[in-house]
Amino acid sequence: MIGIIKYQAGNLASVSNALERLGADYFISDDPAELEKADGVIFPGVGHAAAAMDDLRSRDLDVWLKNTKKPVLGICLGMQLLYESSEEGDCSTLGVIPGRLKKFDSSMAKVPHMGWNQLKPTKDHHLLKGINNKHFLYYVHGYYAPSNDHTLATCKYIKDFAAVVAKDNYMGVQFHPEKSGQVGSHLIQNFLDVVYKKELNGQNLI
Amino acid sequence: MLTKRIIPCLDIKDGRTVKGVNFVGLRDAGDPVELARRYANEGADELVFLDITATKEKRRTLVNLVKEIAREINIPFTVGGGIKSVDEIEEILKAGADKVSLNSAIVRDPDLIIRASDAFGSQAIVAAVDAKRVGDHWEVFVKGGSEPTGLDALEWIRRTEELGAGEILLTSMDRDGTKSGFDNELLAEVNKLVTIPVIASGGAGTVEHCIDAVLAGKADAVLAASIFHFREIEIADLKNKMARANIPVRTIFEMTD
Repeated sequence: MIGIIKYQAGNLASVSNALERLGADYFISDDPAELEKADGVIFPGVGHAAAAMDDLRSRDLDVWLKNTKKPVLGICLGMQLLYESSEEGDCSTLGVIPGRLKKFDSSMAKVPHMGWNQLKPTKDHHLLKGINNKHFLYYVHGYYAPSNDHTLATCKYIKDFAAVVAKDNYMGVQFHPEKSGQVGSHLIQNFLDVVYKKELNGQNLI
Repeated sequence: MLTKRIIPCLDIKDGRTVKGVNFVGLRDAGDPVELARRYANEGADELVFLDITATKEKRRTLVNLVKEIAREINIPFTVGGGIKSVDEIEEILKAGADKVSLNSAIVRDPDLIIRASDAFGSQAIVAAVDAKRVGDHWEVFVKGGSEPTGLDALEWIRRTEELGAGEILLTSMDRDGTKSGFDNELLAEVNKLVTIPVIASGGAGTVEHCIDAVLAGKADAVLAASIFHFREIEIADLKNKMARANIPVRTIFEMTD
């Protein structure tokens, strides 16, 4: 079962619809004890980083997320909160991936970065299996994660930033796979494969 | 590269798609869910649903339709039409819409933009502006284009951005339904003023009109209704021609496995 983390900043309907289209079992919960029963966790998010962190803390979800060994897929703000801190509300975030979120410079181009853009894979990972630099994904964000050692793919808008990231059991995507047509569904299926260790072939997928 | 978006718009009345000419004289163009699915498959980048139903049953019908659309399609969509409060916005977003478009309600109550963007993020709040040339400027009209407000469109649009709107859906009342091309002068003026994306609406009749809206009007997205509903322009063909005009567009590559 996939646990979808429920909190104020979640786009729960879109993520659960995407899982339903893939025939994946899921539940939605804001209770760490319930989430402990999941095989893997999707951590969605839209909105403001500081407000989202306050909400996670009020439900003890921050502590649970930092300590879990389960595969976690952060989406959009969910991915951003995996980093250490954000310029958005100048707040500390979960800190499982090094780095600080920065605001796009709106004197350079329209902000938010909104619409379909590509990505450039920089490392192999099962999450990106079958996805290449021709494919388009749907992005909506005003803040970005600078690329670092944990970046699996970058995207270019105003500057290069992390589109896909992974560290240990944590994975994150800046775009919305649940809204990115067939390519997005494929990426979510890749995550399900990681969770259920399909196509393992003796090697660790994460 | 970030691509320019093609957005079919579905006007919804009593759960069916309709399209008016200059907001009057409705013609049935079909089942919205079926149309939405067709557009998503054909390469639409986003969809907009505008509800023009005026009955008491409206809200429940609309929410059910939004849920059905969200189950069926996997691209972003915006819902608008008579949305007046944070509670109503929440209901539509929870049903699965990605954004709501607000029009008359924010003219009456501009602070609704602040409350809505604080609650759901700017990315979910689209300020829809119906503008009409009056003398040497553009004026904002509300209630489906029937009522002048006295507001200068450019000033109003700049204000919606300041208050927290994440995107502008800009409809030229003069061009809407005429198929004579977008008001590129208006678009260009608005794009000089704001840093949020602007969707061009009103006047699409040909592929060239859409190309001009991007090249001359600097639009980030192009919205149209009837040319898509009645298959006067195929989305794939439109995108091919936009690409040939050096406009970045999203093409759908089949997944290999």
